[in-house]
Amino acid sequence: MKTLKNLGYLLGLPLLLILIWWAATLESDNFFVPTPASLVETFAQVWLGERVFTDVLPSIGRLAAGVLAAIVIGVVGGVLIGSVRWLRALLEPTLEFFRAIPPPVLVPVLMLLMGITDTMKVVVIISGCVWPVLLNTIEGVRAVDPVLSDSTHTYGINGWARIRYLVLPSASPQIMAGVRQSMSLGLILMVISEMFASSSGLGFAIVQFQRSFSIPEMWSGIVVLGLLGVGMSFIFQWAERHILRWYHGQKEVENAA
Amino acid sequence: MSSKTLTSGAAAPNVERQHRQARKAPTKQLLGLAGILGFLLTWELIPRLGIIDPAYLPPASEVIAALLVDFGLTAFWVAVYETMKAWFLGLLMAVAAAVVLGFIIGSSNFLRKATNSTIEFLRPIPSVALIPLAVLMFGVKIESSLLLIVYACFWQVLIQVLYGVADVDMVANNTARTYGLGRMARIRYVVFPTALPYLMTGVRLAGSVALVLAITAELVIGSPGLGREIALAQSGGAISGMYALVLATGLIGVLINLMMRFIEKKTLAWHSSVRSEVLV
Repeated sequence: MKTLKNLGYLLGLPLLLILIWWAATLESDNFFVPTPASLVETFAQVWLGERVFTDVLPSIGRLAAGVLAAIVIGVVGGVLIGSVRWLRALLEPTLEFFRAIPPPVLVPVLMLLMGITDTMKVVVIISGCVWPVLLNTIEGVRAVDPVLSDSTHTYGINGWARIRYLVLPSASPQIMAGVRQSMSLGLILMVISEMFASSSGLGFAIVQFQRSFSIPEMWSGIVVLGLLGVGMSFIFQWAERHILRWYHGQKEVENAA
Repeated sequence: MSSKTLTSGAAAPNVERQHRQARKAPTKQLLGLAGILGFLLTWELIPRLGIIDPAYLPPASEVIAALLVDFGLTAFWVAVYETMKAWFLGLLMAVAAAVVLGFIIGSSNFLRKATNSTIEFLRPIPSVALIPLAVLMFGVKIESSLLLIVYACFWQVLIQVLYGVADVDMVANNTARTYGLGRMARIRYVVFPTALPYLMTGVRLAGSVALVLAITAELVIGSPGLGREIALAQSGGAISGMYALVLATGLIGVLINLMMRFIEKKTLAWHSSVRSEVLV
């Protein structure tokens, strides 16, 4: 009974919305809004063929490469800048400025510097995604519990071991918050870089459909992007649960106390 | 965390800390200034030494000069006005919708459970996926920008409001009920103050997201504003003009961040998270 109720909560509203959509498109012959059935049909037709290899997978590859590189650069740079006080004071205003530049404007800039290549698209993603991770890591490293920090000094834990067992774990909640922002930003930048300058990829395909007024195909592309976003959010939640298990446990204990 | 260590400490060390910080503050600002100057110097030298062709990366002095020229042009300020108009209207609509819906959904257990799966599904959909739709529906008008901005910011704020409403202290709520406060009065005096810090965080985040999407819409779709000017400058080969506009968007971003932090501080001046910051 309880699982049935939960299932109702899970599927009730989505089913209701689809029903409304179906009922609304049943009579009218609106050019812009396809019926659910035709959308599903087009979706299977367009995306479950060779497009997976020519458009979807390359896009996902660029996205993954960009986001992962941004995370690595952000965490390494953040730990470095966060642990050295004068370096932080030196770089903070400049970094704040770079973070404030809306990342999409980097697309034309990097297009100019690097030409329209795969590398340029990955660099666009990196240069947009690195800031949330970097700045959050700096904040996290700076906020390491001073008592723990002193204890590790007293025990003679230095260098790599200190970073591995003290700095990274205590900064990880903030790092994950940054990674979360980066992932959604990365998806946006992937689409924009392909819409703006590309001859393949998801963003390009969707714009092409729109320009040729293939409306159901365009909608199916929007659905693909949506699914990609939802998939990334699932991967992130799974990773966060594993990496921050200790943190959530600690929070629970603190809240209960 | 820092608030805990601060409030447990006696008053004397606080005073001492303030003195130490007052002495250290100028050094910190000087270092920050040195960082900016160092960055500009590196930027100046890279094209001058020929590491990157100046045709693609003009030296900093040239770009800053172009930016100063822009400051004197009406067309530049019109573009800034268009961008900021889309930013403000989009943010306003998103926040209004998210606050109303957030309070309605958040205060009912049934609605919260029933909408959870839909919200979690719709939220991660990147708003740029709506670009083709915006082009078809509105063309190169401000409505295109607004569609993207509202969609992206709405979820950002809604989630925060939902967290905030869920965070209401049951004891406070029950006390208010015992004293005979009605539903509206409880929302006004108990739920709203609890949710306000969350709401302000959401609005601050949404503020920078809105700028990103305003610029994106202008860049990709071509609705009026700074983004379109950047695309035009790039395709027209006005390279230092393009870099100047990129700098301008960065400056607008910094201003928005500062403004949002200021508003947050003002509206939450009574809240302990802000009050303890004053001590530091």
